[in-house]
This record gives sequence, C-alpha cells and structure tokens, in this order.
Amino acid sequence: MRDVAVVGLGMIKWGELWGKSLRTMAVEAGLAALDDAGTDRVDSLVVGCMSSGLFVGQEHLASLVADGLAKGPIPASRVESACASGGLAVKTAFMEVASGMSDFVLAIGVEKMTDVDGGTATYALGTAADGEYECFHGVTFPALYGMMARAHMHRYGTTREQLSAVAVKNHGNAVHNPHAQFPQAVTIEQVSSSVMVADPIRILDCSPVTDGAAAVLVCPLSEARKLKKHLAVKIVGVGHATDTIGLYARKEFTSLPAVRLSFERALKMAKKTREEISFAEVHDCFTIAEVIISEDLGFFEKGSGGKAVLARETALGGRIPINPSGGLKAKGHPVGATGVAQICEATLQLRGGCGQRQVKGAKVGLCQNMGGSGGSSIVHILEANE
Amino acid sequence: MITARNWREIPQRYRLEAGKCKKCSEVLYPPRVVCPRCGGRTFESFRLSGEGEVLTYSIVHVAPRGFEDDVPFVVAIVGMKEGVQMTGQIVDCDHGKLAIGMKVRTEFRRIQEDGEAGMIFYGHKFVPAAA
Ligand SMILES: [Zn+2]
Repeated sequence: MRDVAVVGLGMIKWGELWGKSLRTMAVEAGLAALDDAGTDRVDSLVVGCMSSGLFVGQEHLASLVADGLAKGPIPASRVESACASGGLAVKTAFMEVASGMSDFVLAIGVEKMTDVDGGTATYALGTAADGEYECFHGVTFPALYGMMARAHMHRYGTTREQLSAVAVKNHGNAVHNPHAQFPQAVTIEQVSSSVMVADPIRILDCSPVTDGAAAVLVCPLSEARKLKKHLAVKIVGVGHATDTIGLYARKEFTSLPAVRLSFERALKMAKKTREEISFAEVHDCFTIAEVIISEDLGFFEKGSGGKAVLARETALGGRIPINPSGGLKAKGHPVGATGVAQICEATLQLRGGCGQRQVKGAKVGLCQNMGGSGGSSIVHILEANE
Repeated sequence: MITARNWREIPQRYRLEAGKCKKCSEVLYPPRVVCPRCGGRTFESFRLSGEGEVLTYSIVHVAPRGFEDDVPFVVAIVGMKEGVQMTGQIVDCDHGKLAIGMKVRTEFRRIQEDGEAGMIFYGHKFVPAAA
C-alpha cells in the first residue's frame, strides 16, 4: 500500500441553509478542498451521504456531484453507512489512493436535512435503526440513546450533570469554530433543564438537524510533499467494524463494541499506542455517546467517562481533548458530512491552524465516526508529517 | 408502512414466533437466516412465553410519525425468559414505578395506524407482570 496524505480540506458554514441545495453545498465544499490544496486535479470522487432519497428525493449523487464539480467525466461513487457515511467516504478514497488505482481522490460528505419537516427528518434518521423491530414500536434515535443513558446511569452512577457537561464543553469549543451551527456557550443548568425529548435525553443532549457539506482531497504522500502548501498530514491508520443493527440484540447497552474494535484495528495499522493520541474528534450524536465512546476508546475506565468530563480531562488543555471542533453537538450533524468534517478538523489541528480552539502540540489525531446506535464505526488516525 | 411489509412479520408480531436452531438450540427473535452461534441454517418455530424483565427504558416525549397521540410513552428493551431480548412499549404502568429489573409480560395491542388509509398494525406491548 502507498502512504496516503490529506492535502486539502473544505468546509462550509453549517446550519439551516435554506438558500443552498444539496448539490450546491457539496460542490462548494469540494472546490474549497481543491483551493485549500492548491491544485485543480481530481482523478476520482467519492460522495458520502446517508439519505438524500428521503431528505430531498435525489439519488445518483455520484453523478450529480461530479457533474456539479465540472472536472470532466471522472469516476465517482456514493457510499452509505448511515451517520458514518462520511467516514466511509474517506476510507474509500484512502483505499483508492493506497491501492495505486487513483492519485488525487476527493471525498465529499453531504446531507441536506431541513428541506423536510421534523417528522420526515425523524423518519429518515430512523431508517438507520431496525425498522421492523425498533421503529415499528415507536423507538426514535433519542430513545435508543436514552436507553443507553439510562443503563449507564443505573450501572455506573453517571449523572445528569455529567451528561450536561459534555454539551457545555462542546458548545464552548464551537464558540471558536467559524463553521459551527451553534457556536453559543451553554450552561449546565440550561442543558439540565432543557425540554425532554426521550427521558433522560433532553433537547440540549442532542446534536441538531443540519444542512452541511465537507470535503477532503487525498493523494499519495509523495505527491502531497510536492504541493508544499501545507504541512502534509498522513492517514496512518484506518479501522472499521460493524455490530448488530438493533440495540436490543447487544449483550449490554453501556458499551459500543464497534467503537473499541474499529479503534484497535486503526491503532494496529498505525503501529501506535493510545498514549500517542493528542486529541480525538468523536461521534457525540448525543451527550451519552461521547461518554461511552471515550470509555470504549480506552481513554477512561468503563463507567468513569462522565466524571472525566466534569473534571475537564477532555477539555482543551485537558489530558485528552475531545471534540475541539465543538463536535456533532455544537458544530452540527449533517449526517453524511460529519465523518468528513472530522477529518477536516483533525487535519487543521495537525497543521496548527485552529486558532483559539487549537490543541497545543497536536501530533496525532483520532477521528471516530459512528452509524446508527453503534451498528458501524470507522476510525481514522492522522499524523503530522514533516 | 407497506401492507406486505407488515404481513411478512405477522408470525413474530401476533404470536411471538421465534426460531430455534436445530443444530445448537439457540433461540432467535426475530428469526434469522443463519444462526450467529453455530452457523446452522435450519430452524423450528418456537413460541416465546412473553415473560421477561426490563433491561433499560426511555420515555418518549417527542414522537415519531404515527405515535403523536401516545406521548409520553415508554419504550424498553426486555430480556425474555428464553434468553432473547426485544424492544417494545411498556403500557398500563405509572411512570414513577418504572425500574430496570421490573418483571413484565406481553399483551397483544394496537401499535400504530397508517395515516389516512387507516391500516392498523398490531403487535406486542409490555405490561407489568401480575404480582
Ligand atoms: Zn445454532
């Protein structure tokens, strides 16, 4: 396999973008990644998107986005793994470059979620769960994570205050992220008293519904060095795992085995240890998810993830900063774009370009992107490469 | 929801029919094509007792489509006596009395209605087991 580097990253401001179509967002992010890399070369395109069919009634995104990019009749693919579609797009682009099949591959993640009403959005997101045996009974995603939160609180004594602290930290980080949907600081009291969605999950425990796109350009490390515009950031490890589609079929609800497995596989490929990781962008679709993920990644003992957040161990300047970008919680969660945006953040952190949310001395970054209630997880490990 | 899609699941929804692996006796609900324990591909139909224990639950305040009139309602994962786990609502229970570990049993109930067409879907809901 060839060494692969991220040479360009493209983000657009996320939010309720009524004036922008899925096509416009995807193309704008893609072009931003090319501009950032300082090249016009795209040999192949991978689009990550969860459900454009249900959200905007459009499929065939490979051609739609390739057409919009106007870089000629390039090969293009669209990949889907629910909320991990973006991470899967990056993995697919990585494989295409590593294998020698293509040199410059653009991975674009996109989701247009606000063209539909809330009920339709909930339905579309619900398709990431077990339709026949979960959604049929009225289960929603907040309810699935609510059941995980209840189990975690029961087993380990995780508290309301600890969950709220995740939202407080991530919104605090997003204040310094110009692309974030909700860059407003919140307090523990605000989160803890916000409207109930699926007890114990409240509205400020949830990541929002977002329109957004993000893109990265990957190429062989040798080509990245020739471009010389930025410090080359190498993708040193990729790990991927799946689990049961239904939460009910798991041995326990306080752990996400696919997260642990995908991380172990990525670490092995990277020939790195957990202690070498400088920071992590993780899939905090709900506050409890960040707590569980931080434990399954092995940064904290099982059951102590909540305490660690309150003790500021995952804050900027803490032992292991988690979600310096603001995470899904505050940056927004356009599901197919999220995994690609994590790579954008990690790349920018490793270049040292994150301003007030910069992790000091960041050398190795971890991105963990999850699908559904943990039915899929993809981890990328990136390293600054002189 | 499409009619055939519901019709296919009737044995599981109306009668709690699980699959029992002919090779290793593992009980699977819902039934599967291949046994995750031993790789077996032949099963006999096996009816669950409907008795179980609450493993975790959540109280839904923002309903998905078709459940708007039911809020707040309780969804749970229940560990059944036969070893399988299933999702379902808990009804006829004071929310203050809900607890992990509480004993429940299934009842055949109306689950949801399909919009204006009025197609009604039935299945199991859990109720507190008689003391
Ligand atoms: Zn078997």
